[in-house]
Amino acid sequence: MAIRERLSGNEAVATAMRQIDPDVMGAFPITPSTEIPQYFSDFIANGKVHTEFIPVESEHSAMSTCMGASAAGARAVTATSSAGLAFMYELLWVSASMRLPITMAVVNRALTGPININNDHSDSMGARDSGWMQIYAETNQEVYDNFIQAVLIAEACRLPIMVCQDGFITSHGVSNIDLIEDEKVKAFVGEYEPENYLLKHDNPLAVGPYGVSPYYMEIKRAQAQAMKDAMPVIRDVANKFYDMTGRQYGFFEEYKMDDADVALVVIGSSAGTGKEAVDRLRSEGQKVGLIKLRVFRPFPRIPLAEAMCKVKAVAIMDKAEGFSNSGGPLFNEARNSLYDLPDKPYAVNYIYGLGGRDITVEDFYDIYRDLYVICENDDPGDVYRYVGVRDSRY
Amino acid sequence: MFRRAQDINEKSTWQELTPGAEIYEPATSLQVKTGDWRVMVPVFKEAQCKQCLLCVPFCPDNSIPVKDGRRLDFDFDHCKGCGICYKVCKFEAIDFVKEEK
Repeated sequence: MAIRERLSGNEAVATAMRQIDPDVMGAFPITPSTEIPQYFSDFIANGKVHTEFIPVESEHSAMSTCMGASAAGARAVTATSSAGLAFMYELLWVSASMRLPITMAVVNRALTGPININNDHSDSMGARDSGWMQIYAETNQEVYDNFIQAVLIAEACRLPIMVCQDGFITSHGVSNIDLIEDEKVKAFVGEYEPENYLLKHDNPLAVGPYGVSPYYMEIKRAQAQAMKDAMPVIRDVANKFYDMTGRQYGFFEEYKMDDADVALVVIGSSAGTGKEAVDRLRSEGQKVGLIKLRVFRPFPRIPLAEAMCKVKAVAIMDKAEGFSNSGGPLFNEARNSLYDLPDKPYAVNYIYGLGGRDITVEDFYDIYRDLYVICENDDPGDVYRYVGVRDSRY
Repeated sequence: MFRRAQDINEKSTWQELTPGAEIYEPATSLQVKTGDWRVMVPVFKEAQCKQCLLCVPFCPDNSIPVKDGRRLDFDFDHCKGCGICYKVCKFEAIDFVKEEK
């Protein structure tokens, strides 16, 4: 039987870590992820886990610690946010290139400039091309479930993985949660037994060699293949997780999409607000739907495009400004995925929620109304839009 | 089994590399001939050599082989021609000249 609890998202991740009992955690505190190593330190102090906890002087060192541990053959975890993730930037590329299956809890927070501690996705979106897998959660339950699955996904793919949740919204918001029994989690993740590792006595190993031009491109191509090959692994781990818990996870969740005219694509906790808007609009007879993207890396290009093609117009929501002059990162990739399809929907972008700006059910009404206008006019207008920003023109 | 370093070369395809470019055996740097980086080359003048062996630990590339307490001629497969041995030799037993190729 599942264990009924009420936990914050940070407590949920720390609990998942306790149940996984990793070999090494290297961590440095930063709001709003600080509580994860803090709760985990309690578990260590109380003898609940056997993890070697390495408190370091920076996130650069936290990731370096995890890399050293992982290369040595250990199961390594860490947690960070915002500027902390930015400070790991160099090592994100190195760890992915070294194919080290590190699992990192990312509690999404705006990047500084101006300084802000609240939620948006600019931190992890800024690291989207680092070679790390990225999985996002709407709820505390999802972040707990994702973290447990992530360990297996990372190790099967030999790629590092970020398990992302929205800072404060889920990380500090307490909600009901079904925990899995400790022994079931332990059996699910199993022992980490890499084939080769630095501490294996009979297997001298060199990791992270210099990659001169005649090799570098082939090394990157092989790494790109690992990201492609992650798709079926993520699906298989989700199936195994469903068998254990009855909770189903895909690359994304389709909410009332089957007969929808228009839809949103959204990442993270805002999907909950969006679903509320969907329910209310549907009670008024409007056929609206929502797609909540769970897996952003690898990007589920083909299935996502097929799902978006069920509607006539889709609003792709970015909780990060890409400063690209062509919309946010999710918009660019999701819209690109539609390009080869003959009957594609209109696709517009909404930048929302930067630095903790609330997005409300009413904001979603406005977006759905815009989508119907696009359909009526047969014209998308300006595809690069904002919602929830004060603007003198309106 | 994993591919050995000697089976990987500049013709290998991306599928033929190891994950993360890991190397599963020791001492593979011996297979990388760095001697062709040389512009200048040291010349060992055995007659003037007192076998003090000062040059040996100074060589950054382990390119001065020693046998039975005596140094031999340079390992030109790996000597990069840095000239440090020439600088440290007290007995003018090493010349340093432009290499003719």
